[in-house]
Amino acid sequence: MRSRDIYSLIFILLVAGIALSIVFAPEGRWLFNRDVSVRLGLDLRGGIQVLLRAAEPVERSVMQTAAGVIERRINALGVAESVVQLSGNDRIIVEIPGIDNPEQAIETLRGTGKLEFIDTKGEFLAPGTIVRTTGSPNPIALRPTATVTGTEEITSTVSEGPIYESITDGKDLDLSSVQPPQIASQSLTNQFAVPFAFTGESARRLEQFTAANIQRPMCIVLDNQVFSCPVIQAALIGGRGEITTNTRQDAEQIYTQLKYGALPVPLQVESSRTVSASLGQGSVDASIVAGLVGLLTVALFMILFYRLPGFLATVALLLYTVISFALYQLIPVTLTLPGIAGFILSIGVAVDANVLIFARLKEELRRGRSLNASIDAAFVEAWPAIRDSSVATLITCTILFMFGNTFGVSLIKGFALTLGLGILLSLFTAMVVTRTFLHVINPLPFAQNPWLYELKDAPGMRHARETA
Amino acid sequence: MDKLVKLRYWWFALSLVIIIPGLVSLAIFGLRLGIDFSGGALWDIQFVERTPGQLDTERIRAIFAAQGFEGALVQLTESQVDGRTVASAIVRTRSLSETDPEPQRQRVLSALSAEYGPVNQQALQSVGATVSAESTRSAVIAVIAACVAILVYLTLAFRRAPHPVRYGICAILAMIHDVLLVLGVASILGVVIGMEVDALFLTALLTVISFSVHDTIVVFDRIRENLMNRRPTETFDEIVNHSIVQTLPRSINTQLTTFFTLVALLLFGGESIRNLVLILLIGLVSGTYSSIFNAAQLLVVWENREWNRWFRRSAPPGAEATAA
Repeated sequence: MRSRDIYSLIFILLVAGIALSIVFAPEGRWLFNRDVSVRLGLDLRGGIQVLLRAAEPVERSVMQTAAGVIERRINALGVAESVVQLSGNDRIIVEIPGIDNPEQAIETLRGTGKLEFIDTKGEFLAPGTIVRTTGSPNPIALRPTATVTGTEEITSTVSEGPIYESITDGKDLDLSSVQPPQIASQSLTNQFAVPFAFTGESARRLEQFTAANIQRPMCIVLDNQVFSCPVIQAALIGGRGEITTNTRQDAEQIYTQLKYGALPVPLQVESSRTVSASLGQGSVDASIVAGLVGLLTVALFMILFYRLPGFLATVALLLYTVISFALYQLIPVTLTLPGIAGFILSIGVAVDANVLIFARLKEELRRGRSLNASIDAAFVEAWPAIRDSSVATLITCTILFMFGNTFGVSLIKGFALTLGLGILLSLFTAMVVTRTFLHVINPLPFAQNPWLYELKDAPGMRHARETA
Repeated sequence: MDKLVKLRYWWFALSLVIIIPGLVSLAIFGLRLGIDFSGGALWDIQFVERTPGQLDTERIRAIFAAQGFEGALVQLTESQVDGRTVASAIVRTRSLSETDPEPQRQRVLSALSAEYGPVNQQALQSVGATVSAESTRSAVIAVIAACVAILVYLTLAFRRAPHPVRYGICAILAMIHDVLLVLGVASILGVVIGMEVDALFLTALLTVISFSVHDTIVVFDRIRENLMNRRPTETFDEIVNHSIVQTLPRSINTQLTTFFTLVALLLFGGESIRNLVLILLIGLVSGTYSSIFNAAQLLVVWENREWNRWFRRSAPPGAEATAA
């Protein structure tokens, strides 16, 4: 055995060890508490995916803001592993896995989110109170999402009660004027202020209202929910002012609410895909069975047909499976049903590289080369075909991935990703692992037996046996 | 085995015999487009308290129509709940409203449960008209882009062989063979079993393309190698024939292993990817056939410039040889 082979073998064992430690990591946690649990896609664990599109033409920056708002709202729902992704110039892909009543959650996310300053006629309203305003008399945005079940009627909690006068319209808020909290300018104590400015009609009305109501409260309402009711200190000339708070934390919160609280543009549901969790579980079970049966059949075929090299390739194939799953968990790759199909298909590709090499190995042995020389020659000669065909498949995987990404078809993305990864990985298992295995068994006396290579006679081996 | 190249016109004829019925079906019936490409909504609804015999498609159609979804296509199936077999329906309608989809959904589900007791919405997909139109356009672009990218790569990979562009073009012709065959089969299956062409079908098609090229490359690689070690007495026909024979075991074995995994997926792998796997199976067999019996053979046709002979009175050389 050459020292190079020993190093390769150690490297392979190391990779296998790391992969196994990831796949069987206790509670899905690996080195430095990294989350390496298996991520299942929407079709396997249930959930919803929607493609939202701006109802009117907008700039990309506006969509970025909208995506930010949606992301914050999802986080408020407390769902893990959700995805909010900008796609093209006017689309947002939202994925929320494992949630009951996903459609209603989307409705909440999609609510335009209205920022209003309201006239409460001197009344202080407690933060969190839901109110009706002239700008939005029938609030829908804050319907409870987690507790309502599919058949239950939804009753609005605020169908009655006073309608407060909206002074401003959130649309008129000049977002560029909203600046991060700073120490309030006119304050001697350590107060924080968030500057803002309204434009147009809202600015004129705000100026009039504040001038007439100094030292009286004015409530800030977001999505029909009272945020706070500060006391007006001075008239807001030109609709320009600042909100003062006692703590930096409050100021930060107001800042984010003002800056990102409102969706800058109404969003339409262009496409949606919902899968129930029970349907997903059935698919997981089915794929595991299919994967095992597929792997087993291929292993049997390889061993029966190619004998010793086939057995070594099967070991390499098991390693391939373990490394694949370790990578899925590490990167992480979200597994979808077509993704699993892509993986199972890639088993076929991984085997193909081996088949190509073994065919060459047999030819070389037949020509009378020694086993050692035949192994090297087989790999060198099979390489161009393996390389070219892998590149061709990788090209299509890239194109599929791009297609899936643009239209939020995460199923296609999953397929392209697992197939592509599988192809790269199969290059490693075929070119490095199988080759090292063959070299490692080469010096062993039993390996010099033509039958193990599905040959009647191999002149090179006869020679090796005689000299041994 | 040494007649594989001689019989080339028979192989081409066989391809045509298989492809033409599909093309005819494609021309008459077209493809049955799924909601990904034509827009619409697909409801998968489980009727928890009903057994499969107790549903009636007309009644379900009427319920959907009453809620504003006229012309729904209803297909009855069954599914399992806690070990019991219950009735399910897969209903295809126009897509949900883009501005206010939730009330529509609620209304349909309540109307269904008013008639049939509790229902479970297993899956609901809705694709709007704009996105489906864009998907269709991009799908076509994706297929063309894949072809061009592969053609460029093959030309580069075979730049040391004589006439590198030929290899690329012959590989693409074999690929078109597979694409036509798969599209034809999809059209026939659409008519016979109502199979729909969806995003997963596109996935299958592109995979078939890449695997077809994969197979072709393996054969071409052998031809390239054998051409470099060419003996002066060997003709191009002989080299190609020899290369095919050399790669045949590999082609068959790879085909078999992929076949095993796909059959396992088909039998055990779950309902929703069944069409994907079926198309892959058909496409992969076609891909292997076309790489051996079309792509490599076309190289010979090109090398001998046989089209000069096609329009003369005498039969082409391949046909002549077998007739003799």
